[in-house]
Amino acid sequence: MNAFKCLRTVMAATLLAGLCLSTAARADDQSAVDAPDAIVQKVSGEVLTLLRNDKDLQAGNTQKLHDLIETKILPQFDFNRMTALAVGVDWRKASAEQKKQLVEQFRTLLVRTYSSGLSSYRDQVLEFKPLRSKPTDTDVLVRSEIKQPGTQPISIDYRMGKSDAGWRIYDVIIGGVSLVTTYRDTFVQEVRQNGIDGLVKMLSDKNRTLEQAARK
Amino acid sequence: MTRRIFAVVLVALLAGCASTGGNSRDPLEPMNRAVFRFNDFFDENLYKPVAKGYVAVVPSPIRTGIHNVLANIDDLVICLNNVLQGKVPEAASDFMRFVINSTFGLGGLIDVASEARLEKHNEDFGQTLGWWGVPSGPYVVIPFWGPSNFRDGPALIVTYKTYPLTPAAKEAYPGHWVATLNGVRTVSLIDVRANLLQTTNLLDDAALDRYRFVRDAYTQRRRNLVYDGQPPLEPEDEVDDQTSTDVEKK
Repeated sequence: MNAFKCLRTVMAATLLAGLCLSTAARADDQSAVDAPDAIVQKVSGEVLTLLRNDKDLQAGNTQKLHDLIETKILPQFDFNRMTALAVGVDWRKASAEQKKQLVEQFRTLLVRTYSSGLSSYRDQVLEFKPLRSKPTDTDVLVRSEIKQPGTQPISIDYRMGKSDAGWRIYDVIIGGVSLVTTYRDTFVQEVRQNGIDGLVKMLSDKNRTLEQAARK
Repeated sequence: MTRRIFAVVLVALLAGCASTGGNSRDPLEPMNRAVFRFNDFFDENLYKPVAKGYVAVVPSPIRTGIHNVLANIDDLVICLNNVLQGKVPEAASDFMRFVINSTFGLGGLIDVASEARLEKHNEDFGQTLGWWGVPSGPYVVIPFWGPSNFRDGPALIVTYKTYPLTPAAKEAYPGHWVATLNGVRTVSLIDVRANLLQTTNLLDDAALDRYRFVRDAYTQRRRNLVYDGQPPLEPEDEVDDQTSTDVEKK
């Protein structure tokens, strides 16, 4: 009887311990998925595997590539913040409608550029560097490198900010060249010369030209 | 003739200075834009077609071999610049790369050093000057060459004069070493352009104003290279953060 009781206690304890462990593990998983570097690492891992294995994508199937970008990559970006940063101080002068249009057009342009960049990806190795941040940080830099034999590795860094929706990317810095900064001067000059509407027009004209060229 | 060219450049420079507005780091914008257009024209009609022809005619393994031989000579330049910047481990690694690739890599044809995990570095005399604290100065577009600035442009002359192949060419071809070197340089330029064919297509897609896009990307890239990928924050970056918080508050 005593032995039986003992066994039951041990079993209960084991069960409890097991349960605790599994919840702990799940909690760990959760935080790993939510961490900024883990998000980028997971998404780029998935995308690169697809690019490597999918024959359609390699052959340049634009629709499929577009879907891949739309479902996997775009949700990770904070296009509002990206556009606001690129426009700079004049962002405050823009009306809600103008802001909406700017974000929409800038987003279209970036997606198009990104898709033609992705399709030229081949067999480079992507490596992530350890994230240096405190748990309280709301703004981090996730650093990675593309390694190719015979050239200096090219760094690809992601500036990420924490919002209610979780961590999202608001700038990509390739080899030290920030996407946002590179557009900023063009944006600022255009707004200075032709106002916010001028910039909206500039972006939509560019997108229309690209669309026409793609159709040919 | 040289004096006349000099006079033209001087007038163009002054005209650039006289212009107002635009980017504070690009006071020569009107002149630069003209040279940029000229370079585009030259690229579209000669440089790019030649590079495309080179890719079409020469098989890929041979192009890789040519690229590797040129890159191997370049490792000596990189080594020298690492020495000048006091980066001893990097310089030693560059020299090892040169030794390994010149011997086991059959005169540089095969980049075995990369296989042996000796990473290639990116250094030149412009970066060395930057490391020493020389500011980049205004942006300038050099005819037939492309984006540069008042520091990196003149530094090209040092790079040109100290090309490690010069003594070897003088020794091997005493009669026509200049022609030999020019031949090597031509092939080197074609190799560079051939490797950029895809990038320039991307640039055409991405840029709203190609001139500004190239200028701003070049300026950031050079700054990043001088600091070996760890540039300190610019005062402008701090302003950005303020803008972004303003946006979020709204």
